[in-house]
Amino acid sequence: MFAPFMVNAWISASIVAVIAGVVGFFVVLRGAAFVADAVPQGAFAGAAGASLLGINTLIGLAVFALAGSLGIGWLSRRGRRDVATALILVMMLGLGALFLSFTVEYSSEIFSLLFGEVLGVSTNEILPIALLGIACILAIGVLYRPLLLSSLAPESAAARGIRLGWLEVAFLVIVGVAASMTLPVVGALLIFSLMIGPPAAARSLTSNPALAIGLSVVLALATVWIAIAAAFETNWPIGFFVGVGGGVCYAIGRVIAAVRGSRTRRAPAITIAAAAE
Amino acid sequence: MTPTEVTSGPVDSQILTVDGVSVRLGGRQILDEVRFSIGPGELVGLIGANGAGKTTLLRVILGLQATSGGRVLVNGTPVSAGRRGLIGYVPQKIQLDPDIPVRARDLVGLGLDGNRLGIPLPSRRRRLLVEEMIDAVDARAFANQRVGNLSGGEQQRIMIAHALISQPRLLLLDEPLANLDIRASNEVIALLARITTEQQVSVLISAHEMNPLLPVMDRVVYLAGGRAASGTTDEVIREDVLSKLYGYHIDVLNVHGRLLVIGHADDRFEILVGDESAAAPGHAGHSDSAAVQK
Repeated sequence: MFAPFMVNAWISASIVAVIAGVVGFFVVLRGAAFVADAVPQGAFAGAAGASLLGINTLIGLAVFALAGSLGIGWLSRRGRRDVATALILVMMLGLGALFLSFTVEYSSEIFSLLFGEVLGVSTNEILPIALLGIACILAIGVLYRPLLLSSLAPESAAARGIRLGWLEVAFLVIVGVAASMTLPVVGALLIFSLMIGPPAAARSLTSNPALAIGLSVVLALATVWIAIAAAFETNWPIGFFVGVGGGVCYAIGRVIAAVRGSRTRRAPAITIAAAAE
Repeated sequence: MTPTEVTSGPVDSQILTVDGVSVRLGGRQILDEVRFSIGPGELVGLIGANGAGKTTLLRVILGLQATSGGRVLVNGTPVSAGRRGLIGYVPQKIQLDPDIPVRARDLVGLGLDGNRLGIPLPSRRRRLLVEEMIDAVDARAFANQRVGNLSGGEQQRIMIAHALISQPRLLLLDEPLANLDIRASNEVIALLARITTEQQVSVLISAHEMNPLLPVMDRVVYLAGGRAASGTTDEVIREDVLSKLYGYHIDVLNVHGRLLVIGHADDRFEILVGDESAAAPGHAGHSDSAAVQK
């Protein structure tokens, strides 16, 4: 399991887990799960296009992820984000369908982009993933407080001079880049589970936001490590274990929250929004 | 065009000066030459029915809403991005999802540096300020609970601490009493009256119901139809002043110390301000509630 040919798998999966844990915390907090799902799926079309042109698929991924995030950010300034996200997603998938129709050979490469091929990550792929991952985490670190405040009290954030529109676009770009860079490892369809399951579970386990991010990383790491080990032992696809692992994380978090919630005081739900002018 | 204009001192000693502010949105005149000022340590009520323009006026003061005329001075200087530290703001709604892993004390801390970039470094000064503010709003008992699990009154206290921790000269609160029960409402009012002196801050509270504020308000700014009348309660909540402001006949009734503002138009009368049911959740505005055939 720790043989030399597995080293890249362990390294790349660990990087992906750290990125997904950190960025995923804000994806869950800001209700951007659909974006985190749509951008890598759409970026998959970029990889198909790059492969058609004979250039590095990572470049295709990056271009489409960036274009998709900016498109969603731009379109949702004047409308609902879920509608903008869906429109961008179907446009990119449409392009993907076109690109795929022009190609005949590498169905296995496409398959691995969709479902991930952690064992197929090459050494020269690790560096770009690591660099972009570090960039995403640094960006989240820089925007940490404005992101947190604007998620809780957007009007209060705006009153403090935070430009909510720009912050949202910056955040979507981070999500798009993070999700798409991790795509070659866990696949377009499954990165989503790593970005949602562990952070959602971490929220149930602690009320301290910084601690929740740390826990989210730990849970994401545990998920991918277990997934690699299990995939190695069973020869089943790693995507199966990552996807199920994300769901299991969330389920465990909810159970713990429910047990704790039944023991501590729970104030009745109230709404302050009613009397808006 | 203001029916009364009462200022409590020269412009340069005022904390807030709203000078002939007009706002047009989509062809509608939301605010029409609104004029009033707030002196140091004053607690002023911004009273008006739902839709009278209270939130728009607060947004103008915060520099978030462009005006079509007039100017706003905070501490003698025009509002701009750089002067926002002078104003603390308690918005009407905050995200209440109990799943959000943010404690009351985290929200208070974000009031100090929520707009800064980078990770907050542990600092003794920051921790002490947060602790001090938690005590100032009597939030010690629930400081470590999730914001989403707090009651409405507790959330208001935390948001007040959030707004005050950066030591602003002016505190704006948008309908802080909406949807609070009478006890929670009275607690928030008592707290605001106390911190006005303790924190040496001027306070502007918007409300559609003025009666709970009567004992603590130094002055009132009454908004109707986009225009404002300001002064003490006795100067403003009068039949002649309010009739001129509304443009039709207004009766002011004093029922055991409770003031009711009643409008007469088209053979109907309705309680415009003063009846809590007139602004209960679920009612969009005053015109569809408490209207009685004469």
